[in-house]
Amino acid sequence: MSSSAPLLEVQNLQTHFGTVDGVVRAVEGVSFHINAGETLGVVGESGCGKSVTAMSILRLISTPPGKMAGKILFKGTNLLELSEPEMQAIRGKDISMIFQEPMTSLNPVLTVGRQIGETVMLHEGVSARDAEQRAVEMLTLVGIPAPGRRVREYPHQLSGGMRQRVMIAMALACSPQLLVADEPTTALDVTIQAQILELMRDLETRVGAAIMLITHDLGVVAEMAQRVIVMYAGRKVEEGTAEEIFLNPLHPYTRGLMGSMPKLGSSLHETGRSKLTEIQGQVPSLRKPIIGCAFAGRCPNVTDVCRQMAPAIELKAPNHLVACHYAPRVAVAA
Amino acid sequence: MSNSQTPAPGTPLLEVKGLKKHFPIHGGILGGKTGNVFAVDGVSFDIKRGETLSLVGESGCGKSTVGKAVLRLYPITDGEVLLDGRRIDNLSAGELRPLRKRIQVVFQDPFSSLNPRQKLRDIIAEPIINFGLASGSELDDRVGDLLDKVRLPRDAMYRYPHEFSGGQRQRIAIARALAPGSDLIICDEAVSALDVSVKAQIVNLLSDLQDELGLTLLFISHDLAIVEHLTHRVAVMYLGKMVEMADRKTLFSTPHHPYTRALLSAVPVPDPTVKRQRIILRGDVPSPINPPSGCRFHTRCPFVFDRCKVDEPQLRDVGMGRMSACHLDVVPDTVPEANRQAAVAA
Repeated sequence: MSSSAPLLEVQNLQTHFGTVDGVVRAVEGVSFHINAGETLGVVGESGCGKSVTAMSILRLISTPPGKMAGKILFKGTNLLELSEPEMQAIRGKDISMIFQEPMTSLNPVLTVGRQIGETVMLHEGVSARDAEQRAVEMLTLVGIPAPGRRVREYPHQLSGGMRQRVMIAMALACSPQLLVADEPTTALDVTIQAQILELMRDLETRVGAAIMLITHDLGVVAEMAQRVIVMYAGRKVEEGTAEEIFLNPLHPYTRGLMGSMPKLGSSLHETGRSKLTEIQGQVPSLRKPIIGCAFAGRCPNVTDVCRQMAPAIELKAPNHLVACHYAPRVAVAA
Repeated sequence: MSNSQTPAPGTPLLEVKGLKKHFPIHGGILGGKTGNVFAVDGVSFDIKRGETLSLVGESGCGKSTVGKAVLRLYPITDGEVLLDGRRIDNLSAGELRPLRKRIQVVFQDPFSSLNPRQKLRDIIAEPIINFGLASGSELDDRVGDLLDKVRLPRDAMYRYPHEFSGGQRQRIAIARALAPGSDLIICDEAVSALDVSVKAQIVNLLSDLQDELGLTLLFISHDLAIVEHLTHRVAVMYLGKMVEMADRKTLFSTPHHPYTRALLSAVPVPDPTVKRQRIILRGDVPSPINPPSGCRFHTRCPFVFDRCKVDEPQLRDVGMGRMSACHLDVVPDTVPEANRQAAVAA
């Protein structure tokens, strides 16, 4: 971890939602940081709070019913204390976001050029003509053929992969320092996903933006991220360099996740069909406060200590934080 | 089995021969037919009893259409579908009805495929009642047994679908598919909407049930890693055509067709130390309304040469029980040397 201040530092973020059935604790005390120019992978299953964390960083949570606490320091400024106009000046300029669904996150009645240009006009006050020029440049950057023609087309005229390229063009139009990508390739076919990941890797080196990559696909994270955090039930359960997390996972949830993920090439090692490791049980409800470790109900190594006391997240190996009472023991058992 | 003819030994449970399904496109002022979507354009395969065949490919390749055509959810344009050696594609609705209980389906989204106003008991009992297979307390016993099979508690039968998570709902959908004593289950992206850890539970359940009950599965999926875990044989589709078919080990260890190779190389590997040689396909899948001439893959194939653009390669046996449709396998002397070397090296 570098000695200079990180680009983004999230401290003890809590995002709760008030509902008729009680408070949903979507994010419960998450802290992490992202350094300039690096890619941080955020992994977890549905409902673990990874998307809500991203939305909280961009202050896209409507309050009420949402409620945020903690600190989100972007270059030292706490985003949670900014006024809405101040936040608008940051959104799309310093921090921008790519959403999962390129079909629904583009406006169907505006040309893609207008949509890319809008960001530039808002943040840089350029004319409509210059904005369109920038849109063409951005479409070229993300590898869309015939950008001069495509810029005047509507989203329905583009394929899913091209729409996702447009989303990326829009997010990068004002050269942001941080790009939050929420499941950017989940809706795409695997050959198109490979194209988009190649593009994002290429842009990372050319544009130099830091990327917060949220995904449930461990394969995508392994290919893209330098550091990884694993979330479960609104908590960070493990953090480390990508190599540490993938080659030496210490938290039983991370290990379960790795085991339950089918790996290509399984037929090379065994003759018959193979069984996947299952994580028994269900994710706990976020409506009730969780006492003890959030994973206790599904953990194969659970003890009474786990049920009564929440484990603190501690450094268990170089560059490797784990929230498990028995993490070293787990490592030995492997 | 209710049909009188017993199939000859060795007859596959399901045979599909030259299946075509074209959807007409209507347009213009008079709403006349202006074209066709060539969703499935000549696909043949068979599945032996107790076997899993997986259909893989990207969106729009026609894999789900094949599944729905086998289920007779719509009439087919051309070809034959045979169950135990008997044609079922030309049967009337009445003649087909007794056979319907033998082929059942599990769809992708268990949130929309289960009626929210029905209790589990009614959802699972419906096919049993429809086919007059049981009634009264016997019916409840059968529903209970089915819940045991999919590892759900028996008292779940008095609850509604919304009380269950996605993985549990998919178990309910599987129980319903098993209810009429079916032998062929078509799984149309049955695990694609589920989270990683839940997906593993359902995949394991499906292979257990197959071993336990001798089920035959047509597993339709875009997820190659899942397919490799549970299948016996794999058929790869591209734009309504089958490009390669082989047993699991042959296909995954030595993918042959350029499309299969690109597809496999595109799957991200969950190991940051592995840096793979990747074949990245340029461009998008062409439209099935106006498919490319010759080989349908020629617009994206890294090894394309002149013949591919005009002459459509046929699916043929290329050894080790593998079928492949590529000019690179067939007449090697007509293939430009540079293309062949590139294909061998990749």
